[in-house]
Amino acid sequence: MRMRAAIIAIGVVVATALPSINVRAQETRLIGSGASFPFPIYSAWFKDFSKQNKGVTVDYQAKGSGAGIQDFTNKTVDFAGSDAAMTDEEIAKVTDGVVLLPVTAGEIVLAYNLPGNPKELKLPRDVYPDIFLGKVTKWNDPRIVAANPSLKLPDLLITVVRRSDSSGTTFVFTKHLSAISEAFAKEVGSGTTVQWPKSDKMVAAPKNDGITATIKQTPGAIGYIEYGYAKLTKADFALLQNKAGQFILADTKSGQATLATATLDSRLRGWIEDPAAPDAYPIATFTWLLFYKKQDAKKAEWLRKLVEYCITTGQSISDSMGYIPLPANIIEKIKTASAQIQ
Amino acid sequence: MAANAFENAAPPGAITHPPSSNEYLVDRGFRFLAVCGASLIILLVGYILWKIGGLALPAIYNYHLGFLTSTNWNVADQKFGILPEIWGTLYSSLLALLIGGFFGLTVAIFLTQDFLPLRVALVFRTIIDMLAAIPSVVFGLWGIFVVIPAIRPIANWLNETLGWVPFFSSSLSGPGLLPAALVLAIMVLPTIAAISQDALHLVPYRTKEAAYGMGTTRWEAILKVMVPTAAGGIASAMVLGFGRALGETMALAMLIGNSNQISLSLFAPAQTLASLLASHFPEAGQVEVQALMYAALVLLAITLVVNMMGTAILTITQRRISGRS
Repeated sequence: MRMRAAIIAIGVVVATALPSINVRAQETRLIGSGASFPFPIYSAWFKDFSKQNKGVTVDYQAKGSGAGIQDFTNKTVDFAGSDAAMTDEEIAKVTDGVVLLPVTAGEIVLAYNLPGNPKELKLPRDVYPDIFLGKVTKWNDPRIVAANPSLKLPDLLITVVRRSDSSGTTFVFTKHLSAISEAFAKEVGSGTTVQWPKSDKMVAAPKNDGITATIKQTPGAIGYIEYGYAKLTKADFALLQNKAGQFILADTKSGQATLATATLDSRLRGWIEDPAAPDAYPIATFTWLLFYKKQDAKKAEWLRKLVEYCITTGQSISDSMGYIPLPANIIEKIKTASAQIQ
Repeated sequence: MAANAFENAAPPGAITHPPSSNEYLVDRGFRFLAVCGASLIILLVGYILWKIGGLALPAIYNYHLGFLTSTNWNVADQKFGILPEIWGTLYSSLLALLIGGFFGLTVAIFLTQDFLPLRVALVFRTIIDMLAAIPSVVFGLWGIFVVIPAIRPIANWLNETLGWVPFFSSSLSGPGLLPAALVLAIMVLPTIAAISQDALHLVPYRTKEAAYGMGTTRWEAILKVMVPTAAGGIASAMVLGFGRALGETMALAMLIGNSNQISLSLFAPAQTLASLLASHFPEAGQVEVQALMYAALVLLAITLVVNMMGTAILTITQRRISGRS
């Protein structure tokens, strides 16, 4: 009898203790998915954030902006990333409300692979849209040669590498090309997936890393990737001519000059299609984190902390990762807007 | 129970006895399981068809058969067509079948027709079977880093010297039809080799002895007697290999260049149905998903037709061999 009583007593103690143990061990998991463009910096941030804060882990899957928005709309994630922010129609589909925060920014570079690895190839503003239209087909095209008198350019066909999946990088890049070239706007247009010209010299690869790998493996290739990927893989990339006529190398300084020209709307969206400043690199963009306005209070608290981390500690590693540290006025705006995450 | 009908049939003390009711139960149970298994498979295929068909219905209604002949895949304008994909799927699979089929059959002959000691042949066979266990992604990576750089000089030389031949009309920059078909050929090789070997093994050894007895040489015996006798099995090996090639996804998505165009050139980038599905599905919006489902349905139909053709070939050859034509 006594034995049985003891067992029952132990059972009761365990049963009452279990939930409390559970609560203590319960970790908040924040799951996000979306843009692959900022993935290198996001993964560094989220890893560091999870390490610094006990009781929370943040996971982010780089599926591409389109997939991120879709996951976000279907509510399978806690937050998402997108290079194309969200359109008003997309926002309308999310019943819990949307907060868009441009937490980092990056540049898109034209990486190339040429025999002999000539550095600092210069591409004039009227030439690079034509390369992506398949109109300039050879590396020794007179217009490229004229801009690069010091380089020995081979008699080699240009292979254009584009994205095979829907992508925010494509969106930003085609938007810029459409802004500077009427022919491009008419024949291809802009979007996360576009109808590229049909050509034997135009191949598609998935994601930023797929494009980088294809360029590295293909002599004569050129493609558009995020500056961070180019930096990471030590790919050569071209100097692009901006609106003021200057040939600009993508780096932090020229990127910040571009961001300074941006104007953001009430939802903190804004694109820089063709910056006019003389020292601005022509193709730079913000990339957004998408949050719900309404969610579980505990998650909301962690998400606000995460944003806080991104715009303070996070910005200090931007430079070394190949992203552009945000200007102070935008950080202030994000701080105010993040209070809407409840 | 019917089992007991024979209960008293056996004379006492006999070694044999009628099946006990337990044995009847096991027998019935097994038959029930087998029928269940078989009909579940059919139900599953039916369910998949019904589900995909249902999702594809709006696209079928919107694009009709024009879907099969249009060459655009334009998400922004919501204009979809899969002619380049059908072309790329059939072209790459046929090329793979030509290359893989030739080598698969040669390997099968080499391993079954007394060229090698039995043990060595077994080792060879195991190694070839191991090819089938390599994941598709690994084949894709191997294609990017090994096959493409290896064939690029040859391809570009062919293009420069024989550029007027439509097959060589463009230079190979990187991903393209030929590297994809080559890798695909290696992927279908184990299937073709294994089934062809089984088919050749099934031909009684006496057939070959009889051929020798008629005074044939070794090659005549192999090519004129053994291979034609096993033709039915070899043909079904080819069909299964072709089926595998049609549906192959990952390696092709990595190697074919995903370019929405139709070209006879072996070195041009192309697109297949499976790689279209793989690269577009994850981020497709509602309308695009319907179009993709329609494309999936077309792929299913192509595979079905190919398999039916294979079965038809099999029956015809078998009839010819057994002399009932």
